Amino acid sequence: MNDVTVQSASAAPGPLKSGAPDGPIEDRWDNYKASMKLVAPANRRKHKIIVVGTGLAGGSAAATLGEMGYNVQSFCISDSPRRAHSVAAQGGINAAKNYQNDGDSIYRLFYDTVKGGDFRARESNVYRLAQCSVNIIDQCVAQGVPFAREYGGTLANRSFGGVQVQRTFYARGQTGQQLLLGAYSALVRQIDAGTVTMHAHHEMLDLVMVDGVARGIVTRNLNTGEIQTHAADAVLLCTGGYSPVFFLSTNAVNCNATAGWRCYKRGAHFANPCYTQIHPTCIPQGGDYQSKLTLMSESLRNDGRVWVPRKTDETRPPQQIPEDDRWYYLEEIYPAFGNLVPRDIASRAAKMVCDKGHGVGSSGFAVYLDFAEAIGRLGKDTVASRYGNLFDMYREISDEDPYSTPMRIYPAPHYTMGGVWVDYDLMSTIPGLFVAGEANFSDHGANRLGASALMQGLADGYFVAPATASNYLASNKMDDVTTDAPEFAAAEAGVRDDVNRLLNINGKRTVREFWWELGRVMWDKVGMARNAAGLESAISEIQGLKEEFWTDVNVPGSQDEWNKTLETAGRVADFLELGELMARDALERNESCGGHFREESQSQEGEAMRDDDNYSHVSAWEYRGPDQPPTMHKEALDFDYVKPGTRSYK
Amino acid sequence: MAGNEFSVKLLIWRQSGPAQPGELASYTMDNVLPEMSLLEMLDLLNEKLTAEGIDPVAFDSDCREGICGTCGLVINGIAHGPHSGAATCEVRMRSFSDGETIVIEPFRAASFPVIKDLVVDRAAFDRIMQAGGYVSINTGSAPEANSIPVPRPHAESAMDAAACIGCAACVAACPNASASLFTSAKISQYAQLPQGRAEAKRRVVRMVDAMDEEGFGNCSNHGECEAVCPKEISIFNIGRMRREYLKAVL
Ligand SMILES: Cc1cc2nc3c(=O)[nH]c(=O)nc-3n(C[C@H](O)[C@H](O)[C@H](O)COP(=O)(O)OP(=O)(O)OC[C@H]3O[C@@H](n4cnc5c(N)ncnc54)[C@H](O)[C@@H]3O)c2cc1C
Ligand code: SF4
Ligand code: FES
Repeated sequence: MNDVTVQSASAAPGPLKSGAPDGPIEDRWDNYKASMKLVAPANRRKHKIIVVGTGLAGGSAAATLGEMGYNVQSFCISDSPRRAHSVAAQGGINAAKNYQNDGDSIYRLFYDTVKGGDFRARESNVYRLAQCSVNIIDQCVAQGVPFAREYGGTLANRSFGGVQVQRTFYARGQTGQQLLLGAYSALVRQIDAGTVTMHAHHEMLDLVMVDGVARGIVTRNLNTGEIQTHAADAVLLCTGGYSPVFFLSTNAVNCNATAGWRCYKRGAHFANPCYTQIHPTCIPQGGDYQSKLTLMSESLRNDGRVWVPRKTDETRPPQQIPEDDRWYYLEEIYPAFGNLVPRDIASRAAKMVCDKGHGVGSSGFAVYLDFAEAIGRLGKDTVASRYGNLFDMYREISDEDPYSTPMRIYPAPHYTMGGVWVDYDLMSTIPGLFVAGEANFSDHGANRLGASALMQGLADGYFVAPATASNYLASNKMDDVTTDAPEFAAAEAGVRDDVNRLLNINGKRTVREFWWELGRVMWDKVGMARNAAGLESAISEIQGLKEEFWTDVNVPGSQDEWNKTLETAGRVADFLELGELMARDALERNESCGGHFREESQSQEGEAMRDDDNYSHVSAWEYRGPDQPPTMHKEALDFDYVKPGTRSYK
Repeated sequence: MAGNEFSVKLLIWRQSGPAQPGELASYTMDNVLPEMSLLEMLDLLNEKLTAEGIDPVAFDSDCREGICGTCGLVINGIAHGPHSGAATCEVRMRSFSDGETIVIEPFRAASFPVIKDLVVDRAAFDRIMQAGGYVSINTGSAPEANSIPVPRPHAESAMDAAACIGCAACVAACPNASASLFTSAKISQYAQLPQGRAEAKRRVVRMVDAMDEEGFGNCSNHGECEAVCPKEISIFNIGRMRREYLKAVL
């Protein structure tokens, strides 16, 4: 929205540098930390730090910075910090503890993540992530997070897709909730202690820059509509992912791109926007009334077997289809990993068999996930104890009993690997603006492995951002800046203008109609399979939709009240722009890697083909104003440890 | 498609702001499908109202799968509606029949002022948590995770209590508007774990005091809270909270 002119950015596309330290990979983070400058304890409370978002990344970061003694201002859009979208994660969190003695190690977690990301992530970041993973589990257990345990009292683990070790920690089907409540407990402790001030139900609508540096934000109080500015010495965005650009996704309905997008328009580069994860195991789409899609945890693939009928004209109910007429396509095509192949591969395979006419259900866009064999082997009780709540959820939505009828599943948008570009310090191209969790782009390359987002959110929030932000504050002289500086009034006026503009269009179409239509274009043309012609038409369709939005949208109500339509309208306006950038990025990247599948770049068997000679880089987009296309900058990716090879799970 | 569509009559609480009086307004929704969620039906109602130039109904939700605790409506007099063990967002229209009237109201309690229509302010819950719903452990100072073994039954029982989503249905359902089930769930979680025992007494006293200061009523064992709780938090936790409290003050 608010089309600002970019102040500091360079026009010529130049290489971006991650700033990752050199040396042996296992020493990089430790050596770097040892070299960081520190802020003396007595001086910390003089530094104000704004943390936007209270999910795993933001909640843990705000709490930790508060413990360190900084003056933390925490913001979230939900009515309580405990409700951030991280709460919905079901399956688990990875950590290289090797408690199962199955050959796991920090190096193996690092290796799996770089390979799982299809060699499009930064090695130094991923190694650090794997290192932090072990401390995360220690921290969460000490907070009283009730992880699943063995009878001896030690922690239990399960497997997740894309790996051959058991390194996933879990708390029933509510791992995200329990980890978030852990971070929330640390956060409320700091609120109680007075180091953190909480601003729940406040939406950040712009970044304030003074002399080219991030110095504050503009917010709208979602209860009262009040628009305010806040000044600080650094801003940390932890605002999550943008899957709802597809309208239907597994994300909570309020997940959005707005905070990161407004920073992009202030000059922060946006990296790899086209890398989206389409999760293989979701309840298939129903009618147009639907507001979201429901994920069935990936852990189901531990015991469930995926299949479709071999015959394309099959009419028998699944239980009556004999073994010989069933196509266990994952087990057949990928014998080494079988049903546990990574998400991108499982999703694409489901699309492939459905496109060939083997799909089931009324739409033909679903495959079976069958527990009959597991129930025979383990008994119904064991299966119920592992997946009972998921089975209940499935039954509730589909009105079918998964104990007796195979589930029907289909892929759905779930996670966005792309995000605001950050260096090794998790700092964006705007000095003083840090970005953590799903909102940044840094650790998962072109595909994220299951149970690794929770790990990344907490690694960034508990361990990385507090250290690097401190180093930033200690290394730079901070001028005293208050909200009296003219930049604050200017940014606030811009936000007011945007809000008023939305309220005064008084058009004929609802916000939801535009969002739904954008989602349809994104799913059809920027979804699981993409090609040049489709992407080009997506760009022009989205541009047309954007124009129509700004002339014909109807946003009822007023600014100074609880106004959900107004909230949503601002987010949809940003999705319309982000969707176009995603298509542009997908068009530019003429290779297939991870979740990004270009039909032009596939093998004879239909497997994705990477093009390392031309695309072994991060694509970071720079905003150039409303009337110019963005500029793409490249950050070259070097692989010193895990040599890029064909990613085979066969 | 049209075969199983049906109509419902809606009586929805409308209140334009915290200080304004409210009333039930009546709407009709046609073309309802059994597989729709109640909130999806309200989404479509709001599309219709917007098209008709009527202010859409304010209600809140987020995850729409029963885990974030944002939604929360009293449906036909029952907090979270007809499904036991489910939140408002998990209610499907197949629970209602053609022509039925559905009355939809906010979670009411003196400690939860109405913001607009069906949206209430539950910040009091966060303030109870601030009074002690945590283990005092700084980032980076935790011991190796497996050095704190927890017997599996204790871990499971702590998890049962920890499953509370902070939705406040228990308060809405309680004749005294007591927050005991919510508060006791957190206290019970910690009471069954070795972590945080050192501050157990301070925790229970401060949290119970905070509950009183926020104006929530006392528990008189009606059990309505347990009946509506979407996570089936047991009323047994309230007993445990009382014992913890007595241990702390005696
Ligand atoms: C259904 C589901 C299941 C999942 N299961 C798993 C799993 O088992 N394992 C795993 O590792 N990962 C899982 N994931 C992914 C994982 O949950 C997320 O990637 C992760 O939790 C994101 O955390 P975050 O802290 O970055 O962001 P979030 O938790 O999304 O938090 C974002 C925060 O930013 C705030 N915010 C957003 N915009 C603004 C704004 N403009 N102003 C102010 N505040 C704002 C929000 O209020 C919120 O507090 C799952 C995801 C989904 C959807
Ligand atoms: S105890 Fe149950 S009803 Fe009360 S807040 Fe927790 S989940 Fe909601
Ligand atoms: S919307 Fe999250 S519990 Fe209902």
